[in-house]
Amino acid sequence: MNIMIVGCGKVGQTLAEQLNGEGNNITVVDTRANVVSDLTARLDIMGYVGNGATHTVQQEAGIDKTDLLIAVTGSDELNLLCCLIAKRAGRDCLTIARVKNPAYSSEADYLKDELGLAMVINPEHAAAAEIARVLRFPSAIKIDTFAGGRVELLKYKVPEGSRLTGMAVKDVVAKLGCDVLVCTVERGDEAYIADGNFVFEEKDIISVVASPKNAADFFRTIGYKTRAVKDVMVVGGGETAQYLCRILHRAGVSVKIIEKKSEVCDELCIKFPDVNVICGDASDQALLMEEGINRASAFVALTGIDEENIFLSLFAKSMGHPKVVTKINRIAFNDVIKHLDLDSTIYPKNITADIIARYVRAMKNSMGSSMETLYNIIQGKVEATEYTVKAGSPVTGIQLMKLNKKRDVLVAAIIRKDKVIIPRGSDMILAGDRVVVVSRAKMMDDIADMLA
Amino acid sequence: MNFRMIRNILGWLLLFECGFMLVPAITAIVYGESQLWYFLLTMLLCGGIGGFFAWKKPKDSALYAREGFVIVALSWIVLSLFGALPFFLSGSIPNYVDALFETVSGFTTTGASILTAVEPLPKCILMWRSFTHWVGGMGVLVFVMAFVPLSGGQNMHIMKAESPGPSVSKLVPRVRTTALILYSIYLALTFIQFILLLCGGMSVFEALTTAFGTAGTGGFGVLNDSMASYSPYIQIVVTVFMLLFSVNFSCYYLILLGRFKDAFNTEFRRFVYVVGIAILVITLNVRGTFATLGEALRHVAFTVASLISTTGFATADFNAWPELSRTLLVLIMFIGACAGSTGGGLKISRLMILLRGAANELGNLAHPRRVKRVTIDGHPVEPEVIRSVNVYMMWYVLVFVGSVILISFDDHDLVTNFTAVTATINNIGPGLNLVGPTGNFAFFSLPSKLVLIFDMLAGRLELFPMLVLFAPGTWKK
Repeated sequence: MNIMIVGCGKVGQTLAEQLNGEGNNITVVDTRANVVSDLTARLDIMGYVGNGATHTVQQEAGIDKTDLLIAVTGSDELNLLCCLIAKRAGRDCLTIARVKNPAYSSEADYLKDELGLAMVINPEHAAAAEIARVLRFPSAIKIDTFAGGRVELLKYKVPEGSRLTGMAVKDVVAKLGCDVLVCTVERGDEAYIADGNFVFEEKDIISVVASPKNAADFFRTIGYKTRAVKDVMVVGGGETAQYLCRILHRAGVSVKIIEKKSEVCDELCIKFPDVNVICGDASDQALLMEEGINRASAFVALTGIDEENIFLSLFAKSMGHPKVVTKINRIAFNDVIKHLDLDSTIYPKNITADIIARYVRAMKNSMGSSMETLYNIIQGKVEATEYTVKAGSPVTGIQLMKLNKKRDVLVAAIIRKDKVIIPRGSDMILAGDRVVVVSRAKMMDDIADMLA
Repeated sequence: MNFRMIRNILGWLLLFECGFMLVPAITAIVYGESQLWYFLLTMLLCGGIGGFFAWKKPKDSALYAREGFVIVALSWIVLSLFGALPFFLSGSIPNYVDALFETVSGFTTTGASILTAVEPLPKCILMWRSFTHWVGGMGVLVFVMAFVPLSGGQNMHIMKAESPGPSVSKLVPRVRTTALILYSIYLALTFIQFILLLCGGMSVFEALTTAFGTAGTGGFGVLNDSMASYSPYIQIVVTVFMLLFSVNFSCYYLILLGRFKDAFNTEFRRFVYVVGIAILVITLNVRGTFATLGEALRHVAFTVASLISTTGFATADFNAWPELSRTLLVLIMFIGACAGSTGGGLKISRLMILLRGAANELGNLAHPRRVKRVTIDGHPVEPEVIRSVNVYMMWYVLVFVGSVILISFDDHDLVTNFTAVTATINNIGPGLNLVGPTGNFAFFSLPSKLVLIFDMLAGRLELFPMLVLFAPGTWKK
């Protein structure tokens, strides 16, 4: 598919890399010549220097052959303008705009319909939603939801002395009596898709699929306290923090925000009267102590500087036992960050890339079953995809153990009407089911791709 | 330096060379020539060594600019070392360095020969000689890339290092698709010329070798007098195609897309002007030596096309023309073809950047605070491109002067030495005096031949890949 990406910031670059890796033809447009030339030297893509919201530049970059335009510049207005112009210029060109300003994003549906956009994405809001999920269930590092929240995929780090160490995957159900399915295990730099004989070790990061209730049971059984967070300390009052406030406020969580700029503080306290706004520099340890960092049950670092977020999180961990969430925007040292003692790290650019990659893959297979969700559960290595299975798909009506599947493919959950089935060998997929599949990255466009 | 990956790519290259040799091998079968065995032997060698290295793809396939240059330079050297084997083994060229000279001359599309007579040689050897032009014209690694998925995005480093011109742009997002499009255009044009030559009464063998020589802008002929004894029709066809192959190939792509305005850009128009003016002036200058004006025009047009496209075919002995014509001809040897074509020389677009940059700097002397950017087709030229063009010019002069000095040890006259280096570094073929269209390069000493071999490779790869081989920083861990 031919895709044009306007704006080569963090999100644009991540998108270009991921979509190019999935075999699409990418053209990027940015006004900064050096950014474009760096990116085109690194990836096998085409680059144009210019303002992507102008008709001439879009023409030159080949908008008439483009199937999808993704506008992810730093400015919402520019993104919307790009999409409008592409809509007029391109032949049936679909458009996706990034809109992050809360003022517009509350009108996302209106904008989408009136401007004829295929999708409006809001990385900040998506990040806030993900943060809120892990705060609700702090035992997990990361929670992805499927089928409108009826199935969850939870990541969990096996602590020292856990009941799980030494247990084989196939024994989990029998010994613990919980209806969960272990999907993946990360050990060091390796990622495995679990089969029955896999034995857990300390410090493994495992992911399990279950309904929310069963997931809670599972964590209780393995001796993990699972109480939703009641009070949160947030550092940084940007857009993500504002979305987070709104979500947490609805859930009845008390929030304290530490923000440096007094104008932003003013704005925050007008928008969120219930939130405790502290004006000050969070890199000041005395301030953090004064505000009770050692007593907070959760700490979320959302400043614009990644390094600051990491240090603040490490400091919070060292002061007490809060649930710590760290936002990382820019820096790309995933492997190093993974070894730090951080609980949950949130990468807004990856969340966005997942959402758009799902859309692109679903576009590619307009026939067959439609892809509903896509998560990179282990970045670039393992992904989970969700499909609505249509009648006549080759996977239906056959018991899973008799299905001739590829290696490294796991049917993780079947949602039939309102019932969640954690599938065992004797279960089968029926037409109309929603199915969650865990596989190696970039394998699946359609559910039929899981067949060998 | 990722040596494993370099080895892997060189392996693929040898496998492709093995495939290329099918062409002369089939020729040998058709004409029942015994040299077939030498080709089969070389193919076995290339296939064996190449297969061994290409067998396993290294885990770390990352290539950076440094590897890109080294891969391109080494590829061309390896390609030539193996390509010379059939000439040497079959005894057609008894000295290996001579065989290497001939092969390098072939792959770099120079067309300079050390052979005094080509007609007695077996057909398969002549076919291989001409086919190397076709392979080298568009770039052999571009060919490999079109078929083998080498590595992710870093292919661009290889394409940049191999393609002629000051800056390389892709036609479509993927390097592989770009390479396929370029080769399709190349193949199509070659085929059209082949058919037109057949219509002119050439034999299949002659038409093929001539088309290969023209397409790569090489210039190896199969007759001792190059193109002189062919009919005017054939000479005109070759003239037209020499010019067509010296136009930037992206022009053809844009024409196919219907974007005529973009296709006939400034570089294209300047190329047309230069060719037109050169033909006009030289025709007036040599008018007296030919029977009719039409004949003069035909020979001059052929010669100008041959030299500016850096092909090097000849229909007339331009060495005997008046001094003004000789001087102008040497000048157009330096100008060369358009960027992104199969031709050599300095390239029109590079000269445009150089001249506009120079004019700009001159203007800045009078108005020191003036801000003005060099633009081409309305687009500003990046300062890095201007800098690299200036550096290119500097190294070009250095290599040129160095080579002239080195081959002067042979004690031939200055015009011979000067034009021998001109003809090799610009990948043309014939020069003036001893290396003129009726002469050849056989009389040079062994060291001089090695210098000229280096010049041909450096000229075809646009200096930097060959020079990077000698930069100390390249090989450091």
